[in-house]
Amino acid sequence: MAAVSQSAMTAEPSVEKPKMTARKLDLFYSDNQALYEVNLDIPEQQVTALIGPSGCGKSTFLRCLNRMNDTIDGVTIKGDVTLDGRDIYDKRIDVVQLRARIGMVFQKPNPFPKTIYDNVAYGPRIHGLVNSRDELDEIVMTSLERAGLLKEVKDRLQSPATGLSGGQQQRLCIARAVAVSPEVILMDEPCSALDPIATAKVEELIDELRSNYTIVIVTHSMQQAARVSQRTAFFHLGKLVEVGETDQIFTNPKDERTKGYITGRFG
Amino acid sequence: MSLSFLLLAVAALCALSFYFGRQRAVALSGGRHSNLHSLPVHYGAYTAAWCGLPALFLLLIWYMFQGSVIEALIVSDLPQEVIGDSGRLSLALNSISQIAAGGGEHLTVSPEIVDAGRRLANLQTIANAALVVVMLSVALAGLVLSYRRIEADMRARNNVERISRAIMIVCSAIAILSTVGIVFSLMFETLHFFSKINPLDFLFGLEWSPQTAIRADQVASEGAFGMIPLFVGTLLITLIAMCVAVPVGLFSAIYMGEYAAPKFRAVAKPALEILAGVPTVVYGFFAALTVAPFLRDNGAILGLDVSSESALAAGLVMGIMIIPFVSSLSDDVMSQVPKSLRDGSYALGATKSETIRQVIFPAALPGIVGAVLLAVSRAIGETMIVVMAAGLAANMTVNPLQAVTTVTVQIVTLLVGDQEFDSAKTLSAFALGLVLFLVTLGLNVFALKVVQKYREKYD
Repeated sequence: MAAVSQSAMTAEPSVEKPKMTARKLDLFYSDNQALYEVNLDIPEQQVTALIGPSGCGKSTFLRCLNRMNDTIDGVTIKGDVTLDGRDIYDKRIDVVQLRARIGMVFQKPNPFPKTIYDNVAYGPRIHGLVNSRDELDEIVMTSLERAGLLKEVKDRLQSPATGLSGGQQQRLCIARAVAVSPEVILMDEPCSALDPIATAKVEELIDELRSNYTIVIVTHSMQQAARVSQRTAFFHLGKLVEVGETDQIFTNPKDERTKGYITGRFG
Repeated sequence: MSLSFLLLAVAALCALSFYFGRQRAVALSGGRHSNLHSLPVHYGAYTAAWCGLPALFLLLIWYMFQGSVIEALIVSDLPQEVIGDSGRLSLALNSISQIAAGGGEHLTVSPEIVDAGRRLANLQTIANAALVVVMLSVALAGLVLSYRRIEADMRARNNVERISRAIMIVCSAIAILSTVGIVFSLMFETLHFFSKINPLDFLFGLEWSPQTAIRADQVASEGAFGMIPLFVGTLLITLIAMCVAVPVGLFSAIYMGEYAAPKFRAVAKPALEILAGVPTVVYGFFAALTVAPFLRDNGAILGLDVSSESALAAGLVMGIMIIPFVSSLSDDVMSQVPKSLRDGSYALGATKSETIRQVIFPAALPGIVGAVLLAVSRAIGETMIVVMAAGLAANMTVNPLQAVTTVTVQIVTLLVGDQEFDSAKTLSAFALGLVLFLVTLGLNVFALKVVQKYREKYD
């Protein structure tokens, strides 16, 4: 069994056309190590799901991909993370530009206390993506459309975003991320604060977004991972235990721990 | 027995009754606390409360009425012609109390008065002794009665709860009633003032010169009581203070809250708050002795005519005084902006200053406005700095280089020194105080409303 798990650790972390890669990634919160030598490739225009029990490091890993861990004091990172083959922790990389290329959606919907329009327009404005009001209008409309929210809000773009329902707020956050035209979208348990109907809508949306964006999603729901993702990575105690095609992980896991987790024996 | 000994005795009785009450409860429980309705301490507190509170209440009532009852007894024995004349009566009562206190040898008074004095001393002794006896017996009665009421299923816990609630109600009533009392005392004097001076002249008059003749033969002006120049001066100084305090306070709050390394913050923040601990009188002489001459001398170099007591000096120093007020309040509201909003902004590729300017600051704005309004009402009510540095001349000017005067300064000068208390001059201080109170009250209410609106947002 030990041999099996060893082989699983090394088995096919790489894919043919990776959008992002992580190699030998270690992460420490002060003295506590949260990630151990994670090797993972994120394939382009697919949904990669990160699953695992609470505290296993999947969210931490996700936040390494757009350097959000930089905002936390006392975090040290070793190893490499690349985007299109370039190391994102390179000193020459501007983290601000990096985050414009890698968008993020959080666990709890966090619209700014501004109007719906201004929420979506926030990113394009700070990055100077538009030259005229018309262009901005167009970006806002397309982004809302892509997030499947336009129909519901087109008559009240100037009303405060905090007045939307939880599911609408989360889709607004997705529209906000999409508005900067990122290449990758990271989602940290985007449905955990939503009811089943709102969840279904967001999942549908994720599936549609896949044709334009590379998506990495952290989820606690194994059904969700099975429904929306093409590849699944299972984390346990800060280590990447197993990664593979979603079908294979859920029907024929190679590692005993993966099997235990997805059949609900621990976690 | 003096009052303090009496209070000590009652306190000792309370302690004793706490002990007894608790003992009895423990005895009733038969060793198992679950047999009791409440914990043993509740029974102790219950007996202690019934021992102490009625006695204290009695003491209060006693002191309210002791003086007037004894006086009535003394007065009833005085000769008729003394009672009839209120002037003679108060003179007689004065001598009587002097004699009773053991003095009055130098007084030349009739034997009736001397007798009355002795009787007063007697009555006071009797009253004090009676108080001791009555109070201690009330305390003891409370102890015994409540002790006997203790049973295993008595709801001592609920009773104690009710008693403590009553105590809190009394405390808040004292706080509220004293405020109401202050307002009413201001209001009555103000009405008195308005019976001498037309309220419209006061509210809209453009001239302030309160020097009126005290005696009929004195040469003095008629007196003009228009409050506008004072409010112009107050607002001018407040405006200058805000121009200093708001930007400096706000930017230091942003730096402390968002940029400073934790170590620097740990040192710098308390250092900034020390400013709030400097007594205002110290700011006052800093303004008068350091800042004002500095401004005057440098103004002279630039060819400006700066008077040695200027609105600018007072306003600048007042602004410095208010900096910690603005900065710590706005630091608080900005740190209350949820982290998820910052993360959301950073994740979109915003820089720190973009995040602060476009997300945190707007989200915290209502709270910051509230903080600024509270600071304004503080500046308007500030007295010591302006007394020392702004001057007394009621100039109707918005030139910050000249001396102006403020409402608070005028109140101080009107009431300091020998004054007769029913002249328009003195009474105008109360009218000014009332208007000032209403202005700051309005500002505070408005500020609290704004802050409340902010609070609702992130619930």
